[in-house]
Amino acid sequence: MSEPEAKKRPGLAVWLPLALFAGFFVLVMFGLFRPANREVSSAMIGKPLPAFDLRPATTDKPGLAVAKFQDGKPKLLNIFASWCIPCAVESPQLAALAAQGVEIDGIAIRDRPADVARFLATNGNPFAAIGADDLSSVQLAIGSSGVPETFVIDGKGIIRYQHIGDIRAEDVSMILGKLKDAGS
Amino acid sequence: MIAEIGLAMLWMAAALALLQLFAGALALRPGGTALIPVVRPLAMMQGLLVAAAFASLITLFLTTDLSVKLVAENSHSLKPFIFKLAGTWGNHEGSMLMWVTIMGLGGGFVALVERRLREDTLIATLAGQAFVSLGFYAFLLLASNPFARLPEPAPEGQGLNPLLQDVGLAFHPPTLYVGYVGLSIAFSFAIGALVTRDVGPAFARAMRPWVLGAWIFLTLGITAGSYWAYYTLGWGGWWFWDPVENASLMPWLAATALLHSASVLAARNALRAWTVMLGVVAFSMSMIGTFLVRSGILTSVHAFAVDPTRGSFILSLLAIYIGGALALFALRASTVTEGARFAPVSREAALVFNNVMLCGILGIVLVGTLYPLLTEAFGQKVSVGPPYFNPVAAIFVLPMIVVMFVGPLLRWREDKAARVTAPVAIPAVVAAFVLFVLVLAEPQMKLLPTLGLGAAAGLAVASVIPLFGRNLRRTPLPTYGMVVAHFGIAVALAGIASDSAFSTEKLAAVNVGDSQQVGPWTIALTGIEPIAGQNWTALQANLSASYAGGAPVALQPQARSFSSPPGQRTESALKTRWNGQLYTVLGEEAEDGRWQLRLWWKPFVPLIWLGGALVALGGALSLLGRVIRDVTRLRAESKIAWRRERQGR
Amino acid sequence: MIRRWIVILTLLLAGLQAGPLAAQDLLPPAPYAYKQLPDPAQEAKAQALMETLRCLKCQSQSIADSDAPMAGDMRHQVRTRIAAGEDPEAIRQWLIERYGDYVSYTPQLSSLTWPLFAAPLAFLGLAGLLLRRRFRRSAGAGVRTATPQEKSS
Repeated sequence: MSEPEAKKRPGLAVWLPLALFAGFFVLVMFGLFRPANREVSSAMIGKPLPAFDLRPATTDKPGLAVAKFQDGKPKLLNIFASWCIPCAVESPQLAALAAQGVEIDGIAIRDRPADVARFLATNGNPFAAIGADDLSSVQLAIGSSGVPETFVIDGKGIIRYQHIGDIRAEDVSMILGKLKDAGS
Repeated sequence: MIAEIGLAMLWMAAALALLQLFAGALALRPGGTALIPVVRPLAMMQGLLVAAAFASLITLFLTTDLSVKLVAENSHSLKPFIFKLAGTWGNHEGSMLMWVTIMGLGGGFVALVERRLREDTLIATLAGQAFVSLGFYAFLLLASNPFARLPEPAPEGQGLNPLLQDVGLAFHPPTLYVGYVGLSIAFSFAIGALVTRDVGPAFARAMRPWVLGAWIFLTLGITAGSYWAYYTLGWGGWWFWDPVENASLMPWLAATALLHSASVLAARNALRAWTVMLGVVAFSMSMIGTFLVRSGILTSVHAFAVDPTRGSFILSLLAIYIGGALALFALRASTVTEGARFAPVSREAALVFNNVMLCGILGIVLVGTLYPLLTEAFGQKVSVGPPYFNPVAAIFVLPMIVVMFVGPLLRWREDKAARVTAPVAIPAVVAAFVLFVLVLAEPQMKLLPTLGLGAAAGLAVASVIPLFGRNLRRTPLPTYGMVVAHFGIAVALAGIASDSAFSTEKLAAVNVGDSQQVGPWTIALTGIEPIAGQNWTALQANLSASYAGGAPVALQPQARSFSSPPGQRTESALKTRWNGQLYTVLGEEAEDGRWQLRLWWKPFVPLIWLGGALVALGGALSLLGRVIRDVTRLRAESKIAWRRERQGR
Repeated sequence: MIRRWIVILTLLLAGLQAGPLAAQDLLPPAPYAYKQLPDPAQEAKAQALMETLRCLKCQSQSIADSDAPMAGDMRHQVRTRIAAGEDPEAIRQWLIERYGDYVSYTPQLSSLTWPLFAAPLAFLGLAGLLLRRRFRRSAGAGVRTATPQEKSS
């Protein structure tokens, strides 16, 4: 709020409200035309994965522990759930990545083993290992706020990149690039 | 047919608004006096036409005409009557039509009854109102046509969000809108008075009832909205400083300040520029708030998805109207000086102090609401919530309340502090006593609720002191209005402080037959049963609650499932006693067959909304008093005029 | 319709968001999502903290008043950490390290947010200035109506 009370020189102070409104206008113009960014990105990029050791999410794949990410080889960490529709949508892209030799490990959020097994039977299983995160605790620890999300982890277990939402066909080469960067 | 007729009437109303603007503008020019008599009828006609257009949209919703796109997208043939009605404004296009309808009707009403304002100022005001309406007409007709048809009628409508299928919410938006848009009248008055350089006591007296009217609805709307959030969201929260809540609070703060500064202008011919400024700011806040919330720029539960085209359309309207009004203000402010000055101990000094404080809160709320947007410009996301707003607002509210102890007792112009020391000592002692007792009895209580309860107790006493020593029958209604409204603030503050100080919560998984304690209540779960409503099914918990071992009362919280569109909503069950409210919610079933119950005992929490209602009642009393006075005066004047005429013959 | 629109639009246009309401998991809530800590003092601490943490899956709610499963998991996380004796502010910092300042409704004082804290002071200062200017002259000269000079100034 500005004051309309201009005593000596009304010339300047009375324009203050208009100036403030102009500032507001610019700010809102920016907000309106900025690409919609509703995602909450992780602040953990560049930091090491937190310690975790998750039980297997299904019977036919091993569980997941942080030690697995310290073998010198960059990997993808895919956060998914059987109850999440975009996770099913991105499965061909994950399969394509796996076919190119990328190692993908999964974390299933709030999921039951039978549901995970059914999901993998329907959508294919590109994962090397799948840990079950029943309380979203690993999800919280790496700063992920939804499913699906895919993290690029380098050979030392450092988080290099976070992809929020499902991986589209056009994202595959970008993800491969990020993996390559993480490997170098 | 009805849709086409509605659209035609909307176009005609827009055309009349254009005419009204030109006729008004020309009438103000030298030699245009011939046009003066047409402006009022134009405004009334425009109001009627736009109201008829709105009525046709309501008809389309009530008959569930599925060939109309808006109906198909937002209604359903199986909805109960009341929600078909509410569906009319529960969407972007419909609510914008309601917006212009209220503007049109407001302008028409001013044209019909306003007799106090100078004729040229009134013409300028009506032209201003038409000018603002035009933008919204253009927006409706060009970018959000509510009457658009589907190429093929839809087989069935898509329904209304379950969260909105609530009787309270059905009438919450119209109430709030009358408040928001009613402030457009104050805006147009300010524009009119700036154009004709007619800012003075007469202008303030003419404007005051209109502001008061809008302010009453705004108060009621905010109060109702907060109660709705309280009982439907199922967690007992009633105010979260969410952008949409802030958007409704900002115009209210500005309008409250405007009411008080208009009093100073009416009584003392001071604060001229300030009052005009607030007139502009109040409606600007309505527009900004609505835009911010609707455009989805700020994260809010209430965002209607507006595409960027619509967003930039509304933003351009804001730029034209707010920017234009502020520019006009700047150009004319040098000719509208502040007027009489006053002594530090006087009624107007107290009013000015609280005016400045209200504007301080307004500034804080605006800054806090917009700040996340600002940091995003720098690539950082932050959240500003209750932990910021509560203490910062208290910095401004608490001194205001102390000044409210004194203000109404002071005389205009100049007063002696010694004269009011005795009457002010009473509330001061009460406040100090309450603080003292609280600090002794509840040493763990947090600072803000403690101060809040003390201030509330003091204000409750202080607010009625102006009635002491007066002849109660001859005390004017506006004085009663002030007393009731100030008392209402005290009541609401007591409720707010006591909710945050004394509420107790119990979350429990309960077997049928078991019972739980929350505060003085013992609550037993006697059964769970499925029940069906018109367009929902629900699981209902049968609870038997007894207060301190007294006779049990039944409560039935439900978890409702809606089918079209699919959605769930908890239906809390409340039991209100004189000293508080028991709040019960049925959660999910736990694995072992127990049921999640969420129970709260909230001492004195209904005072929040009772206080809000009292504030609105105070406004209504004041409005009634002023209207009665105006009508009597007009009658007396016309009688005199009639006599003169007869004598002249 | 509001939320549905948001969901549909984000799904169709952005194609990014996992529809928060489109699907729900079937797992029961985390143990401490809907259960209070046995120690009332600890529960009060946890509650106070939860009321100031943002539910990341919701539009504008704290985790203390959201039914979203992720909010439940966050409540569990907060309560177990409080029960383990962790300081509420440490838990807030832990979350901020992961999600940025966005997760906390209590703005943290930083180079980016200082104006937020300066604003109330600035408004108070402005208010004081306004009031002083308004009263000073009249206090000296007693009460009088505006002189023509004042009117024109």
